Amino acid sequence: MLTIATGNKAVAAAVKEAKPSVVAAYPITPQTEIIEQIAQYVSSGEADMEYIPVESEHSAMAACIGAAVTGVRTFTATSSHGLLYMHEMLHWAAGARLPIVMANVNRALGPGWNTWAEHTDAFSQRDTGWLQVFVGTVQEAYDATLMAFRIAEDERVLLPVMVNLDGFSLSHIMQSLETVEVGDFIPPNRLPHAIDIENPMGYGPMTGPADYFRFRWDIERSMRDSRTVIQETEAAFAEQFGRKYGPTEDYRCEDADVVVVSMGTLGKEAEVAVDLLREEGVKAGSMRLRWFRPFPDLDLKGREVVVIDRDYSFGYGGVVAASIRAKTGVECYNVIAGLGGQEVTYDDIAGFVRERRIGEEHWFGVNE
Amino acid sequence: MITISEIPKEEYLKPCTAACAGCSSSLCLRYVLKAAGPDTVLVIPACCTSVIQGMYPNTSFNVPVYNIAFAAAAACASGMSRAFRSEGKKTNVIVYAGDGGTVDIGIQALSGAFERGTDFLYICYDNEAYGNTGMQRSGSTPLGALTTTTPAGKTEYKKDLDRIVAAHNPPYMATASSAYPLDLYKKVKKALSIEGPKFIHIMAPCPPGWRYDSDRTIEIGKLAVKTGMWVLWEREHGNLTVSGPSKGAMARPQPIDEYIKAQGRFKAATPEIINELQQTVTKNLERIRKEAEGIC
Repeated sequence: MLTIATGNKAVAAAVKEAKPSVVAAYPITPQTEIIEQIAQYVSSGEADMEYIPVESEHSAMAACIGAAVTGVRTFTATSSHGLLYMHEMLHWAAGARLPIVMANVNRALGPGWNTWAEHTDAFSQRDTGWLQVFVGTVQEAYDATLMAFRIAEDERVLLPVMVNLDGFSLSHIMQSLETVEVGDFIPPNRLPHAIDIENPMGYGPMTGPADYFRFRWDIERSMRDSRTVIQETEAAFAEQFGRKYGPTEDYRCEDADVVVVSMGTLGKEAEVAVDLLREEGVKAGSMRLRWFRPFPDLDLKGREVVVIDRDYSFGYGGVVAASIRAKTGVECYNVIAGLGGQEVTYDDIAGFVRERRIGEEHWFGVNE
Repeated sequence: MITISEIPKEEYLKPCTAACAGCSSSLCLRYVLKAAGPDTVLVIPACCTSVIQGMYPNTSFNVPVYNIAFAAAAACASGMSRAFRSEGKKTNVIVYAGDGGTVDIGIQALSGAFERGTDFLYICYDNEAYGNTGMQRSGSTPLGALTTTTPAGKTEYKKDLDRIVAAHNPPYMATASSAYPLDLYKKVKKALSIEGPKFIHIMAPCPPGWRYDSDRTIEIGKLAVKTGMWVLWEREHGNLTVSGPSKGAMARPQPIDEYIKAQGRFKAATPEIINELQQTVTKNLERIRKEAEGIC
């Protein structure tokens, strides 16, 4: 069905379609609309799920963990400080190998209070063992949420998945949305280690170094396997519903001399910048990084690379640029832009490319 | 009245656990699980029970036990309870948490779960300190008690957990004592027969923490009840009834001196502090008496 929706409404619609048994959540700007919509679905009887209005995000994730370990499908949504408040439980969810799906509406972190987009919230959770995908459109927010359940619940993965969408610039923007009937695209959740009264076991007890070490390796092995599962899921999605996704979304990259790497809505803005630059005779391309964990293999050798980071790791550099440098050995021009919702237009992005100084870092609008 | 012969022979707490000698909370857990039966999931935050459980891949329990982070037990149980409901299952969800995980770090989740009317049983076994990490003070440590973080004796009163929980108006709440396991068994049975959030607060003396010989655990527990330091009661839908073992103490409580002197943790308590503790006990007994008589 074709409609128009905000990014938040799209996520909620996907959750309704995926039919989790339990949703536990706490409201926070700009995520609130997601859980209001889910509460509305439950209240009106459009969705048959247990909705738990918890008293904090720490409890939201704890409740999802408690529910998920019984073998049922679970979902929550959060943003920014809510995500940080969950931090401890994010490790617990991944460590317990529970396929929880969460939407995180990317937002800056205080102080000062700022409710606008930034990716530092998600990146600060990068070592928790969660898969992380970043979306660029309302449609993709919907599609990625559906795929997240199938990926998380695959026996080769059994890790939680975080679907990231930019606060306001996607969560509250209305775009066209085609909803689907998911049918057998998401198979029933079969958690191999679900609580079984007939076969009582201890879950998460004290564990010595050798076993603990093995469990960590199992998580990493599943992270590696998840690349295949993601690829298969995205291929199956393309076949069933006609929309194609991959680890990156490449735009006019084939013959590009200079590639702009970015994430989220800035990646869509970069595509317009690329068209502009091409008119000027600059052979530019845009590579929008979709998956942050597992981090994809990027083919950037032999090109000039401009990385836009909507985040920062203080005392080190932009997180995406640092990751690319470490994984590919390719040097880049690192532009820090869009923090706390700073407006970054396609004109600005074209400017980053025109004025690129490979090997340097530039804070847009601050150190001109 | 339940007699010992009516207690099921099935054991859900296996022998030879990692509990300290004379551990009263593991004794309680044994009776809790006998009362609950096999269709039960135990949720435990960081506490002595997570040590008693043993090291992976072993477990001391014959029911599934879910370990969760310190602050998260009640919320985790909330999710579990609703998940079982969504599947049409009647499985008992029981949180078994120490006083630290209940009155301090876990109280937000506890409050939320009770306010939401979660169908579960929350049991706090109260050894009046952070026993698992070597007896540091908790919000539940009484005035004057020595702990490793109150080396001169605690200067604050014990947090009144029962009145905090009572403010949530659960359909059932009770106190119990490791010295009276039949009373505990009966209360767990009753709690689990009621829909909604239930709470049982167990006094669980701790030999190394309270500094008494491990063979005196039951004696110390009984002294707490006889002196009125700990009162056994049930509150069903708001109506309080004093339980059998406490009826005598309600009428004629023994002075607290014997209870205080029996434990090394009170050895720095001055006569003034002991007097303050005695006055608190007297006031508390009066408040409970009035409530039981329907006066307040």
